[in-house]
Amino acid sequence: MRSLLHFIHTYHFIILFILIEFLSIALVIQYNDYQRAAFLNSSNRLAGGVYKKFSTVNNYLSLKEKNQELLNALAVSKNHSFNAFKQNAIGVADVMDSVYVQQYQFIPANIINNSVQKQNNYLTLNIGKKQGVDKGMAVVAPNGVVGVVKDVSANFASVISLLNQNLRISAMLKESGYFGSINWDGTNYRYITFSDLPNHITIHRGDTVITSGYSAMFPKGELVGVVDTVDQSQGGEFIQVRVKLAVDFKKVKNVMVVKNLFQSEQLMLEESVHD
Amino acid sequence: MIKTLQQNIFLFILLVLLQVGVLNNIQLGSYLNPYMYVLFILLLPINTPNWLVLVVSFILGLIIDMFADTIGMHASATVFMGFLRPLVLQAITNRDNYDSGTSPRIHYFGFFWFLKYTLVLVFSHHLFLFTVEMFNFHSFHLVLWRTVLSTLFTSLLVILSQYVIYRK
Repeated sequence: MRSLLHFIHTYHFIILFILIEFLSIALVIQYNDYQRAAFLNSSNRLAGGVYKKFSTVNNYLSLKEKNQELLNALAVSKNHSFNAFKQNAIGVADVMDSVYVQQYQFIPANIINNSVQKQNNYLTLNIGKKQGVDKGMAVVAPNGVVGVVKDVSANFASVISLLNQNLRISAMLKESGYFGSINWDGTNYRYITFSDLPNHITIHRGDTVITSGYSAMFPKGELVGVVDTVDQSQGGEFIQVRVKLAVDFKKVKNVMVVKNLFQSEQLMLEESVHD
Repeated sequence: MIKTLQQNIFLFILLVLLQVGVLNNIQLGSYLNPYMYVLFILLLPINTPNWLVLVVSFILGLIIDMFADTIGMHASATVFMGFLRPLVLQAITNRDNYDSGTSPRIHYFGFFWFLKYTLVLVFSHHLFLFTVEMFNFHSFHLVLWRTVLSTLFTSLLVILSQYVIYRK
């Protein structure tokens, strides 16, 4: 105790300096927005690594669920595969190779950062430019649409979530083929608004909503969700539909980035027409 | 003693008003920001207790911060300068000991002594201030450039003030 007091007495100047300086720097970080942002940013590099570790553990804990999800996805794709169909027209030559050209490539990815509570939500994926991801590519989960890639670094990709008011994508009703656009209203993460539908059609609760494939990003027929309520009160030419999202953004982990091999060709043609 | 206190309080208020009223509005380019209020710390009597220098530095910086809406930045820089002041005084002494009761003035210690004293402390203050303001080390050359130019400007004002205020 005595030596402690002696120590404090000897070094009181330096100790006081360190205390006051710490207080000042704390004030700087507390009250000035830029420094706060910079401080949090530089620690975010650290946080990125921690997030990644966490998501590894999380992935392991939800393996059972994920297995089921994968199995479901596998079943769906088996249902669509060539083997699932009976050969109907015997005698016709098998011309699969030259008739069908692959248009979409699916690159598997994991979500390592996600949010649902903000007005404009973003996701981070664990793959980037090195794995072939590029700006403007669509992101889908096995059970539905997730978002669009906004930015890529070498090993990570930042994705505009469907739960972002700035994202608007083209969708259609699976049964009738009428199309409109979907956009989030920023309130409930389970529902999205489907607007620009003509008001003369009848829509039932439970109708399936899929992507239209009219934009060069999403392939046609990716599930968006099912119709929940139809709002005809607004009048006018168009009606609004509330759609329950197929993807639960609070627990989505595994996604695929969709690479449209003909995207540049389509965009080039469309641009030349617009001019 | 009382007279010294009165003089210092007057100088304190004068320098704060000068800083927030006039000098804060001078920004030549985006490089030259003179911060002449540090003159107060420079001119504190030599036998002021070291801890008091720190406390006064903190209060002075915080008041400047309040006016400039930069809570903490000037305070931290001025405290840093207050910390260095006794060390610099010790390092550049040209006598064995300072007489008690004197202030570090140009008339007592000579022009070059005062220039050295001013440049070192003003430079350290400005470097600290601009670094905290930038808050990253990517644009350090910019910080250094601003520091050098502003140090020259502030030091010029500080030395001129010695001839204007304490003319004998």
